[in-house]
This record gives sequence, structure tokens and C-alpha cells, in this order.
Amino acid sequence: MSPVSEMVVAALIVLGALFVFLGSIGLARLPDFLTRLHGPTKATTIGVGAILLASAIFFSGSESTAVSLHELAILLFLFITAPITAHLLAKAGLHRQARSAMRAAGDDEAADRVMTRESAPSEPDAGCQRANDERAPADR
Amino acid sequence: MLNAALEIAFVLIAAAQALNLYRLLRGPDLCDRILALDTLGISAIALLLLFGIRSASTAYFEAALLLALLGFVGTVALCKFLLRGDIIE
Repeated sequence: MSPVSEMVVAALIVLGALFVFLGSIGLARLPDFLTRLHGPTKATTIGVGAILLASAIFFSGSESTAVSLHELAILLFLFITAPITAHLLAKAGLHRQARSAMRAAGDDEAADRVMTRESAPSEPDAGCQRANDERAPADR
Repeated sequence: MLNAALEIAFVLIAAAQALNLYRLLRGPDLCDRILALDTLGISAIALLLLFGIRSASTAYFEAALLLALLGFVGTVALCKFLLRGDIIE
């Protein structure tokens, strides 16, 4: 391994680890759930991405393989799944917030409806829920 | 130089995992705990890759890929459960 590529690998490793650390600081310190969601997503994309890139450079040309492709599979998978995970978590967080807000307002019936398919009109993604209803009327 | 960088990275990621664990145990809401668990899995992947670089062995990639897969499926299942009260409808 040449000194230049070793330097690049070392820099990428430190950068990646720094981003993972910063993401976790965000997770631990930020005030509410939706802001806390913001930190770790950067840790996933830039942090693990930089470490994977370092690993790809490190293993490329070292053994029988010219270019190491294992990292590409992990990178692709992580980059595809990170937005899906964040979206689902944000949705779950919003639902729980809406539910507890309705409970606090004394509207228990509306709060129960958030969990089922007939959501209240004031609910953030009521339109989406209604579309689901029309597609599958007798799903349960 | 690579060894020094690896040492720094190990310390940083261990600290990150400690912070994740703090949020996992303390998290006021269930969503916070799920997020912390997911982040714990991500930093475990990073740790595995660093181990792979240090021991110059490619055997760690399969474990990292498996961890990424299981972490994703677990997070999606937990979120579905919170949203619907059911995982497979």
C-alpha cells in the first residue's frame, strides 16, 4: 500500500468515525424526537459511507481482486434503507404525538381513531389514510 | 498512521455507542428507543468494518451486511407495530 493511499484511508476513517460520533451526540442531546431523528441519519450516510470508502480503498488491489465490491453492496443497501427507516420513524413519532395531544385535549375517541384506519380529519396524513381505505375496504 | 487513525476511530465509535445506549435506556418515548437501537446497529456496522481493516481480512463484510439487513427489518417491524398495533396485516 502506497503512503498516499494510506493517508487517504486514515483520513476517511477518522472523518467517518467523527460523523458517527457527532450523530450520536445529536441523538443524545437534541430536545425533541423529530430533531433527534436528524442526527443519526447523517451518521448513517456520511459516517458509515466514509468508512466503507476507506475500506474499499484499503482492500482494492491488495489481494486477487482489483476492486473490492463487498463495500458497494453494504453502501447501496444502507443508502437505500436509510430514508425508508427515517420516514417510518418520523411517521410513528407524529402519530404518537397526535394521539397524546388528543388524549390531553380529552378527545379519547379521536385518539383511538388514530390507530385504526378511519383517522380524524385533523390528522396530518388523513388523505393518505383515506386512499388506503379505498384500496382495501375489507382488509381487517 | 493507519493504526493511529484506527485507534482514534475505535474510541470515537465506542463513545458514540455509549451515547446511543444512554438514549436507548432513557428515551422518553418508544420512538426514541427504536431510533437509538437503529443507530446502535449502524455504529456496530462501522465498528465491524474497522475491525476488518485492522485485521486485513474480508470475513467481516458478510457480518456487516447481515447486521445492516437485520437492523433495517427490525426497525421497520417496530415502526409498523407502533403505527398499526400489528406488524403484518
